[in-house]
Amino acid sequence: MSDFAIFAKDLVKQFKTSKGWLTAIDNLSLQVKAGETYGLIGPDGAGKTTTIRVVLGLLTRTHGESSIFGLDSMRDTYEIRERIGYIAQQFVLPADLTVMENMLFFAKIQGIASDQQKKRIPELLAFAGLTNFTERLAGQLSGGMKKKLALACSLVHEPQVVLLDEPTLGVDPVSRREFWNLLGHLRVEKGLTVFVCTPYMDEAERCTRVGLMYAGKLIADDTPANIKKMVSGELLEVTPSDFVAARNMMASLDYVKELQTYGDKLHIFVDNGDRRKSEIEAALSSHGIQHDEIRTIEVRMEEAFISLIRQHSLRSEQK
Amino acid sequence: MNDVKKPAIVVEQLTKHFGEFVAVDHVNFSVNEGEIFGWLGPNGAGKTTTIRMLLGLIKPTSGKMSVLGYDPAKETKTMQAQVGYMSQQFTLYNELTARENIRFYGRVYGLSPSELDQRQEELLKMAGLSGRANIITSSLSGGWKQRLALGCAIVHRPRVVFLDEPTAGVDPISRREFWELIYDMAKQGVTILVTTHYMDEAELCQRVGFISAGKLVAMDSPARLKQTQMRGRVLEIGSPAPDRVMSVLKSAQQNGVMPLDEVALYGAQIHAVIPNSENYRDAIRHALKAADIPITSLEWIEPTLEDVFISAVSATRLAD
Repeated sequence: MSDFAIFAKDLVKQFKTSKGWLTAIDNLSLQVKAGETYGLIGPDGAGKTTTIRVVLGLLTRTHGESSIFGLDSMRDTYEIRERIGYIAQQFVLPADLTVMENMLFFAKIQGIASDQQKKRIPELLAFAGLTNFTERLAGQLSGGMKKKLALACSLVHEPQVVLLDEPTLGVDPVSRREFWNLLGHLRVEKGLTVFVCTPYMDEAERCTRVGLMYAGKLIADDTPANIKKMVSGELLEVTPSDFVAARNMMASLDYVKELQTYGDKLHIFVDNGDRRKSEIEAALSSHGIQHDEIRTIEVRMEEAFISLIRQHSLRSEQK
Repeated sequence: MNDVKKPAIVVEQLTKHFGEFVAVDHVNFSVNEGEIFGWLGPNGAGKTTTIRMLLGLIKPTSGKMSVLGYDPAKETKTMQAQVGYMSQQFTLYNELTARENIRFYGRVYGLSPSELDQRQEELLKMAGLSGRANIITSSLSGGWKQRLALGCAIVHRPRVVFLDEPTAGVDPISRREFWELIYDMAKQGVTILVTTHYMDEAELCQRVGFISAGKLVAMDSPARLKQTQMRGRVLEIGSPAPDRVMSVLKSAQQNGVMPLDEVALYGAQIHAVIPNSENYRDAIRHALKAADIPITSLEWIEPTLEDVFISAVSATRLAD
């Protein structure tokens, strides 16, 4: 066992399905230190939600180890519950309770003494910007406010770590940023450990470390800056007149490492941007394809995500 | 180039009240034929209400609108035959197969059996479902369901398509594939109006309009918006002690020492939005030095469309 806030070693989870055994988590190892904000990203069905559930002890593991602050996920379930906050995917608060009633409800479930409730609840409501809405029904809050209330409820027992499963799905950019500013505040002020699954790549940029999960495996685990560096070479962007012809032509160039489509633009990964720019220009014009100026752009988390997943799936097909 | 193109959607002084509440407030915009127009805004800003008026589902309180030259409020049936709509709920029948869903929508839109046979194959191919036509929809993954829903929405070859958060909850790879389909349609002259909360998708629109509290607050190409709509610039601060940088800047913001628009933690870095002046960069450098906090970098960075969106929307909130 370990002192890590969240720990998994050679973790395996299999489900029995009508077509046999499905491996949802495949020998996954990860360590999250106290105070980190760790983002787990990956395509649909990669095993992100299953990982959270096994670590929390909501699902049994098939093999391996998993723990939270040294407490075993399977054996120490009750101790874990006292020390973590959890927002499940598409989690809905009781809509017919007011904001205050929701807070009191969660405080009661967690067995918080009433003098403690009187102190913490107003603090949390102020922190979440909900002080003026205590009498409003949860069902009548905006999407962003619902998420903030869910976060406040999950913090009522002062957990050391929160696990959030796509907490901002369907929430607009302004509210998403407010939500993440709250998480940043908790990290700075309270040293809270955050473990979050998200489909938004811009949110992954706000984590101290990111794990990229694919087909049950962790295929990258590093800071956002280093994950972006894992994509080798430089990235060029161009808008061709004939998209399909340009794509087919470029796919045949041996110095093009990878092609990604971005709307009507092509993203071209090459070894050396400045050198290949003129070669690509020449190749396009020899095929009679018009285009705007080819430019070097920065690799964002999104391009890195797609590239790393592709490389990994190619490698596993070759095996 | 624009003078050749005809507008497919025109909205003038469009307004919708629900009782006392003003959902859409004197909005003006037009979308050209074959254009991809992003209709962006916070939840509750009036995006869906606008779309529902343009679809002829609800009547505006005042103002004018036209879709393909028709008045959606009066010539509803004629217009609807040429318009497609996909909502974030992907209205598919889960217990039907992919093929049956397409055939169902085809019949609703009155396609002839021969047209339907041809269209069904085209759409299955487009959605990447050719080998999966007979799979029950409920067992398709999110990305496939989403492309099938688009197929159903365009079975009658509409000339204008409204997409209301079509990619909510779909992973980045499927979202990229979906946008390829959107661009294919636009190239064939189909006009697209799309809402999204993903700013990387907003970057893919040829033009975007930001709506906040019912009002249109900015409208232009993503590149131009980044130049014109940002109040200040984004300064990225790298430090081995980002938490301490945050504390110093937060208190500087609260005490009014520095006109910091926003201070936010991005992993090991901090993004601060401040007026474009080297004086402020120096002031931050000095403040951190005085607090004995080491810094590794202090660079102006390009704003993302999300930065611009938040800046534009919060400006209108302040004005209220």
